[in-house]
Amino acid sequence: MTTTHHTTHQATSQASTAPTHARPAKLKTSAMIASFADPGQKTTPAPFGHALNQLAEQRPEIVGLSADLAKYTDMHIFRDKHPERFFQMGMSEQSLLGTAAGLAEVGLVPFASTYSVFATRRAYDFLCLDIAEPGLNVNVVGALPGLTTGYGPSHQATEDIAILRGCPGLTIVDPCDAVDIEQAVPALAAYDGPTYLRLLRGAVPRVLDEYDYTFQLGKAAELRTGRDVVLISTGLMTMRALQAAERLEADHVDVAVLHVPTIKPLDTEAVLAVARTDRLVLTCENHTVVGGLAESVASTLAFAGVGNRIVPVALPDEFLAAGALPTLHDRYGLSTDSIVSRVRAELQASGRTGGDAGEPPSL
Amino acid sequence: MSAPENDRIARLSAAAQRIRGYALHMGEVQGQGYIGQALGVADILAVAYGDQLRFRPEDPQWEDRDRFLLSIGHYAIALYAALAEAGTIPLEELDSYGSDESRLPMSAMASYTPGVEISGGSLGHGLTVATGMALGLRHLGNPARVFNLLSDGELDEGSTWEAAMACAHHGLDNITAIVDVNALQADGPTAGVLRTEPVLDKWQAFGWHALRVDGNDIAALVSAFDEIADHQGAPSVLICDTRIGCGVPLLMEREKAHFMRVEEHEWQIARTQLEEGSPR
Repeated sequence: MTTTHHTTHQATSQASTAPTHARPAKLKTSAMIASFADPGQKTTPAPFGHALNQLAEQRPEIVGLSADLAKYTDMHIFRDKHPERFFQMGMSEQSLLGTAAGLAEVGLVPFASTYSVFATRRAYDFLCLDIAEPGLNVNVVGALPGLTTGYGPSHQATEDIAILRGCPGLTIVDPCDAVDIEQAVPALAAYDGPTYLRLLRGAVPRVLDEYDYTFQLGKAAELRTGRDVVLISTGLMTMRALQAAERLEADHVDVAVLHVPTIKPLDTEAVLAVARTDRLVLTCENHTVVGGLAESVASTLAFAGVGNRIVPVALPDEFLAAGALPTLHDRYGLSTDSIVSRVRAELQASGRTGGDAGEPPSL
Repeated sequence: MSAPENDRIARLSAAAQRIRGYALHMGEVQGQGYIGQALGVADILAVAYGDQLRFRPEDPQWEDRDRFLLSIGHYAIALYAALAEAGTIPLEELDSYGSDESRLPMSAMASYTPGVEISGGSLGHGLTVATGMALGLRHLGNPARVFNLLSDGELDEGSTWEAAMACAHHGLDNITAIVDVNALQADGPTAGVLRTEPVLDKWQAFGWHALRVDGNDIAALVSAFDEIADHQGAPSVLICDTRIGCGVPLLMEREKAHFMRVEEHEWQIARTQLEEGSPR
């Protein structure tokens, strides 16, 4: 296990150059294709599409399909490079997943993309019975997972993991950033079974290359060690957990971060190793508090007879508002500020302190 | 009709009668089963397996085989009978139908039974999976064809029509849908549950090469399947009007029911009627 402390986050934007002429201040937007990258953050464009293209060069059996959302799931990168290996199914998600199953039945390895809400809510029966039950190597790619769009409940897949975790044999991956996605794509194709990838699309933050980290299917990775607090995080919340850890470090609160990119099967060994502790334990996920990482970790602890309390950082069990993503992430507790506040409040409430000197953290 | 053609029809008619006999046998062993539907589709299955499909009974995973997808899982009893007639399933195994540990569960599943391509039962899935197989086989340059047997009740499912649009859009002439129109579904006659007619017009409007025949007329089935095999550029559908209980007057004359109750003593009567070759 590697400890990586880096105290300052260097913002190295690839694309953003300051405008040379004055523009009116931009209103916050609730646009569907809002990026959750921080201003100035290093990003990579369409990592999924480019990773799929690279994989397709090596594996001729890779095919792609989408349900009228190629352009919005970064599948257009693959479609444009390999038009003969891309199948447009139209706005019909049941057909999309059934067709993906049929393609796998004859020996191809499909990646089928749509929005997470449609893959899980609308087409679950097809994912379950046509893909998971026969154990086919179909990779379902769901964009806009959790709260990554301001469009409201029709597009916010806040419960996609909860829907899918009960599906036997389905591997569920929630990547943190572009690095995770680039490494997950070949791993998902190499794994001979059904998978669901929570896609981050567009300009995707690039965070994990700052750490000694490699994506391994089914494995969690301790990105930081820490004596006071443990953050068990998945998906884009690992990025926020790392930021929170840096902020708390300045207050002499020593925070460990365990990144859990594979939600199912959960790396219970790694979870137990960090959670069997006197430290404050929080889970961080871009998903409702029902049926996601928090409850996966809670059941892992309970089933192992570990009685530790865990504090969930997750979306509330409710239909969320429309609005601008930063506003919503603040409101619903997913922002870095929210994590930092939760940690401080919990430390204070429990009488625990951070830091070598045993001084209370500044609040 | 020419002599060879007469022989062809006679051979397939005999196969259909044996399929009916196997289905009755399974129904009697288990004391239940969707026997009415099985007797209704026996002729279709006899022509499909006995005349149209390219397959190797001893090698159900042969890559170049034509795929026959049963959407309607509850027609398993009919499919097992056809697979027994085809030589894929040993005849003696039919005794295990619906029993614990049997390879022949009441609802057909690919993981249980050699020759069963998909797990049906949740209706509206078969044609979507068939679409993927047909797209994939064409992509791979494999000339194998894909057949999907669905029921008229299954036309209620929107996903069937999603797939119908996709097949036509992609010009999948390697796919043949077979619709068993027995005009009955779980809650009663199809006309009363959710009207599906005009079935032929619907498929044609969706861009399919559509034919409609008496699904209990072997000669009509053979000639329709032959025509479909030659048709290029669009998917084909063969709409088959079938009679529940066909071949067994006792069951044909009974009040139509999705799940037909057969008393213990009636199985023998049914078999006798079938063997007598009662008029249909």
